[in-house]
Amino acid sequence: MRLTTLVLGLCTASALAFAAHAESITIATVNNGDMVRMQKLTDDFTKKNPDIQLNWVTLEENVLRERVTTDIATKGGQYDVMTIGTYEVPIWAKQGWLLPLDNLGADYDTADIIPAIAGGLSVDGKLYAAPFYGESSFVMYRKDLMEKAGLTMPDAPTWDFIVDAAKKMTDRANDVNGICLRGKAGWGENMAFLTAMSNSFGARWFDEKWQPQFDQPEWKKTMDTYVSLMKEAGPSGASSNGFNENLALFQQGKCGMWIDATVAASFVSDPKNSTVADKVGYALAPDNGLGKRGNWLWAWSLAIPAGTQKAAAAEKFVSWATDKAYLELVASKEGWANVPPGTRTSLYNNPEYQKAAPFAKMTLDSINSADPTKPTVKPVPYVGVQFVAIPQFQSLGTQVGQLFSAALAGQMSVDDALAQAQATTVREMTRAGYIK
Amino acid sequence: MARAVSTRTKAIWTVAAWIVALIIFFPILYTIITSLKSEQEAIAGFNLIPSFTLESYGEVQSQQNYFKFFMNSVIIAVGSTAIGVLIAVPAAWSMAFAPTKKTKDILMWMLSTKMMPAAAVLVPFYLLFRDFGLLDSRAGLTIMLMMINLPIVVWMLYTYFREIPGEILEAARMDGASLWGEIWHVLMPMAVPGIASTMLLNIILAWNEAFWTIRLTTTEAAPLTAFIASFSSPQGLFWAKLSAASTLAIAPILIMGWFSQKQLVRGLTFGAVK
Repeated sequence: MRLTTLVLGLCTASALAFAAHAESITIATVNNGDMVRMQKLTDDFTKKNPDIQLNWVTLEENVLRERVTTDIATKGGQYDVMTIGTYEVPIWAKQGWLLPLDNLGADYDTADIIPAIAGGLSVDGKLYAAPFYGESSFVMYRKDLMEKAGLTMPDAPTWDFIVDAAKKMTDRANDVNGICLRGKAGWGENMAFLTAMSNSFGARWFDEKWQPQFDQPEWKKTMDTYVSLMKEAGPSGASSNGFNENLALFQQGKCGMWIDATVAASFVSDPKNSTVADKVGYALAPDNGLGKRGNWLWAWSLAIPAGTQKAAAAEKFVSWATDKAYLELVASKEGWANVPPGTRTSLYNNPEYQKAAPFAKMTLDSINSADPTKPTVKPVPYVGVQFVAIPQFQSLGTQVGQLFSAALAGQMSVDDALAQAQATTVREMTRAGYIK
Repeated sequence: MARAVSTRTKAIWTVAAWIVALIIFFPILYTIITSLKSEQEAIAGFNLIPSFTLESYGEVQSQQNYFKFFMNSVIIAVGSTAIGVLIAVPAAWSMAFAPTKKTKDILMWMLSTKMMPAAAVLVPFYLLFRDFGLLDSRAGLTIMLMMINLPIVVWMLYTYFREIPGEILEAARMDGASLWGEIWHVLMPMAVPGIASTMLLNIILAWNEAFWTIRLTTTEAAPLTAFIASFSSPQGLFWAKLSAASTLAIAPILIMGWFSQKQLVRGLTFGAVK
């Protein structure tokens, strides 16, 4: 009896001691190559931090956004680290939903984070999320088709050049489209591209008094150019094409040019999955000579919700996943071409990375040329290049995106789409109290 | 002649039934086919012949622990069904054999709760779950699924019970059976096909429920619906992996449905023809 009691007591004590010793943190993330790779490399973190266990929750982007928003707004405390984008960070930080990242460790080189990316993740000079990977957008083009069309792509093309090249590269008989652009409705799909494109045409979502600007000639010119270009040189059914659909088309050799996320460069140049891997060239997103290019800025970043009880452990994890040493860890296991891009200046100065990623310089130039605090030609009251960092934008962007997608599909005219976009935006902004 | 017409009609109906069955089954079949393709094939367009690669299954297995999600699905689906039936049997008994003026209204009200959009009550439920410590717990999810499916269980049992003549229960009462004895020894054995099909249908509904199971769980209680959701990717090709995950998630319920189809059909048509 005594022995049984002793054994039971020891077991309980051991269990309690282990429970007290090991702290587990829950990380919410999206399913993409870089994030999956990070999950596979977490042994490195747990070896260095044996007292911290990691639990992963991987969700589809929109479900993740909804889940973490619900949790953070209700202080549910389900997550200790969240993967969020450049859109959420300024809004959530201002709401007091995120902890500032003040204790990332003495070795953590905050100054090495690319300034444009750090700017998008900071509020009042304080960093509220650490970038895991960053991206802008640029032109990916087929060098062989460009040559066949008798053209040379400049490093910094204009929209006139792109339109002309797209028409000349189109070869319907061989199923080659001059250009592939996003058409699928959504604030993060077609509106990411169109908002960035409109910046280069001098358009803006709102003036300084939050008056919607879809009735201005700059938006009309943007939409006319986009719709007519896609009709003449785009793929059929383009209104349902998002990032993944265009990626597949480009990899199969069905696009002469594709303007999209810089992160796509590693996919289209991967000979395992791309039939045109050795024929791809890169250029900056086009402009109209107005001082702004049609490229965006985005970073998937790790942030710590204010409701967490495990801030210290969470911060250790964020520091590990976004530090320079993590890039070296990925490079040692999977090669330099597979390190998460777009976060650290030192990566772009690394000759080994430059050799492994021929698109490195163009990526950095694209990121550096995007300014979320001054995204447009004319002044605006908001932050964000391809989005407007206000809580209403997700809904607004998607509603307007549906109208523009319908215009691309030929279900309504550009004029009707713009008129309805203006009316919708005025109504929503009045309801939200921005327009008095 | 009459015989020939009858055979032809029978053949036409058989073909029609097969066509309808194939149309209904086709999305599942195409999911299975897509799971056997490479990612490039999967997004390339409509194609019924895959390259029969198991690459996606390997990827899915290396990224997530299928068994943990599977066990959560089993516990939540079976648990919510068992508790739901325990509550619904007495409720349906009283409505079928001891109805009041308001019974029909109560039944309609119960059904009307199914018409409410789940998103409308997400935040209140989330707060309740948070305050009772039920977030990411199998107990919480079992209660939730039991509650949302209870109206259907009560309705189905009520329909089956109404087909059983009240005189039989009366006779049992005359012989001295208690209320529970009447339900347990007389009503339940007679209603076995109906109860079994209700349970099977409820397990299927609970297994496939995605809104609450994804939103109220994180790591510990996440069932197979969360397993599927984790393979949708914002950047990169994912259709083959998503199809492989879906195939793995629906396989157990498909197999269960296949083996219990006789029971299911018998229960669903119970009392339909007199």
